[in-house]
Amino acid sequence: MSIEIRNLRKIFGGFVALDNIDLAIKEGELVALLGLSGSGKTTLLRIIAGLEAPDAGSIHFRGADAGSLSVRDRRIGFVFQHYALFRHMTVFENVAFGLRVQPRGSRPSESAIRAKVHELLRMVQLDFMAHRYPSQLSGGQRQRVALARTLAIEPRILLLDEPFGSLDARVRQELRRWLRRLHRQLGITCVFVTHDQDEALELADRVVVMNAGRIEQIGSPEDVYHHPANAFVASFLGNVNLFHGRIEDGRVYLGNTSLEVGAANGSVASASGRAMLYVRPHLLEIDRVSAGPGSFPATVKSVNAAGPQVRIELVAEWGDPVSVDLGHDRFTTLELAPGAKVFLSPKENRVFVYEA
Amino acid sequence: MKRVHAIPGFGLTLGITVAYLSVIVLIPLSTIFFKTAAIGIHEFFAVVAAPRTLAACRLSFFAATIAAIINSAFGVAVAWTLVRYDFPMRGAIDAMVDLPFALPTSVAGIILTALYAGNGWIGRWLTPFGVKVAFAPAGVVVALTFVGLPFVVRTLQPVLEDLDPELEEAAATLGASRLQAFTRVTLPALLPAILAGFTLAFARAIGEYGSVVFISGNLPMRTEVLPLLIMSKLEQFDYAGAAAIAMVTLLISAVLLFAANVLQRWSARRLTA
Repeated sequence: MSIEIRNLRKIFGGFVALDNIDLAIKEGELVALLGLSGSGKTTLLRIIAGLEAPDAGSIHFRGADAGSLSVRDRRIGFVFQHYALFRHMTVFENVAFGLRVQPRGSRPSESAIRAKVHELLRMVQLDFMAHRYPSQLSGGQRQRVALARTLAIEPRILLLDEPFGSLDARVRQELRRWLRRLHRQLGITCVFVTHDQDEALELADRVVVMNAGRIEQIGSPEDVYHHPANAFVASFLGNVNLFHGRIEDGRVYLGNTSLEVGAANGSVASASGRAMLYVRPHLLEIDRVSAGPGSFPATVKSVNAAGPQVRIELVAEWGDPVSVDLGHDRFTTLELAPGAKVFLSPKENRVFVYEA
Repeated sequence: MKRVHAIPGFGLTLGITVAYLSVIVLIPLSTIFFKTAAIGIHEFFAVVAAPRTLAACRLSFFAATIAAIINSAFGVAVAWTLVRYDFPMRGAIDAMVDLPFALPTSVAGIILTALYAGNGWIGRWLTPFGVKVAFAPAGVVVALTFVGLPFVVRTLQPVLEDLDPELEEAAATLGASRLQAFTRVTLPALLPAILAGFTLAFARAIGEYGSVVFISGNLPMRTEVLPLLIMSKLEQFDYAGAAAIAMVTLLISAVLLFAANVLQRWSARRLTA
């Protein structure tokens, strides 16, 4: 089901939790709300579910105003961050809950409920746990029970609040892949909240980057990563080196170095004033000798070679810390050790002017 | 297996526990058995099976059960209101719950008698309907309800504060009505605490003397509870008879409390296993 949010505003006793939110989610889309805690992403999710009422603005489901719909009438599945499983019920009864509370007229028969619950439990690979209690399950299993319980009511939209937040890294990876597959299978509109950029970039069709109650950017993972709309998005998504300097005549001045404003920045090149320059660690070329006017000197501080790439921490000529990621091959050729003097040349940069 | 504790002192604290409980509870209670043993088995049964004793026993346990049930039902409502809502005077109302703890029960008994007597503020409205509270079994229930109120509320409050409101929200998103969410999700989670509160209120009511003595009128066979019967035996210097009744009371209470404890553990086990 499509969701259309217009001009939404929510205030909690003087604190503006959401301001001027406009968001349209297409049928069957998998959307991530990405932001730090306190950015309003969970509040937005709760308003969509009807667990919170907005102070202004409207929500439409498939074009129909949902403002007056109660939580139970919305038929929106909500998976809570801490699962909110019913501890006094078995896994089976937890999943059956949404079916058992239906009004007598539309409630499925006991045998239909049984069949449906077992089908869902098989889907989340927990059928053999049907008679256990939630306290006897691991975090990942609880998460899957919570999902099965939500899917039992055949929700029109699935909302997930930090779905993998409290799981360890391996389980998280597994569940991510599993959720992606499930979404493709069911084709249901999904919105999930996360503070983990990797999760958002890996899972979502579209990412909504939120900050301080506002939407900073909406776009595909490639879009928000490669073409950040502003300084916040650039620094929030992925690792990034941030340098403060001045922009003039299409060049950014940092200490004794000046770098040409990259082509991707468009009209920013003609601005002048204080500016921030962003370079991703993997977009910095590292050399023993100067590679020309686009490069600047730096000193190696530490090296971490544990991982698919080697992470090198340096200090730029003007004193700012710099991180560089490079391949193991290149690292071996360069023979870098702490104290080594090198030259860095950005292959690409993003410049944001914050004071004209 | 030997476990290392950050704070040592198991031996010391166990010693204190055992010594303290012996002096305060065990030794005084054991004298009941010695006193009872002083009379023969025939005399014991003659005292215990006397119609007056049986009537008092019935009234005591019946009235205590009714009072504990009433307190459980309304205690849930009071605790719920105090925990879930913020309203003016909440602090004052919260403090009021403890009044039955603090007030001398004889004062409570006198007040309740004055209110519920045939010409009292409340009693006069009940008399036309033929309802008699003071000097009737109903009066005993009223007094026992009064003294038991704090137990259920105070047992439930911390549990309710811990209860995640997300559980009710989850129930609502799954299509449950408010009533369904309460009866199927909230109430079962509260059940162990309600049982614990019920047990405490019940135990308190079995032993209550001060308030009942005024409102019940102490009519043998009709409104006499066990503590009153024991007291009247003592006044007639029938120490052995008093001890025999005390022992029976103690045994029945112990069995009921044990049963309630088992039930409470059983209902709590699933939540924490």
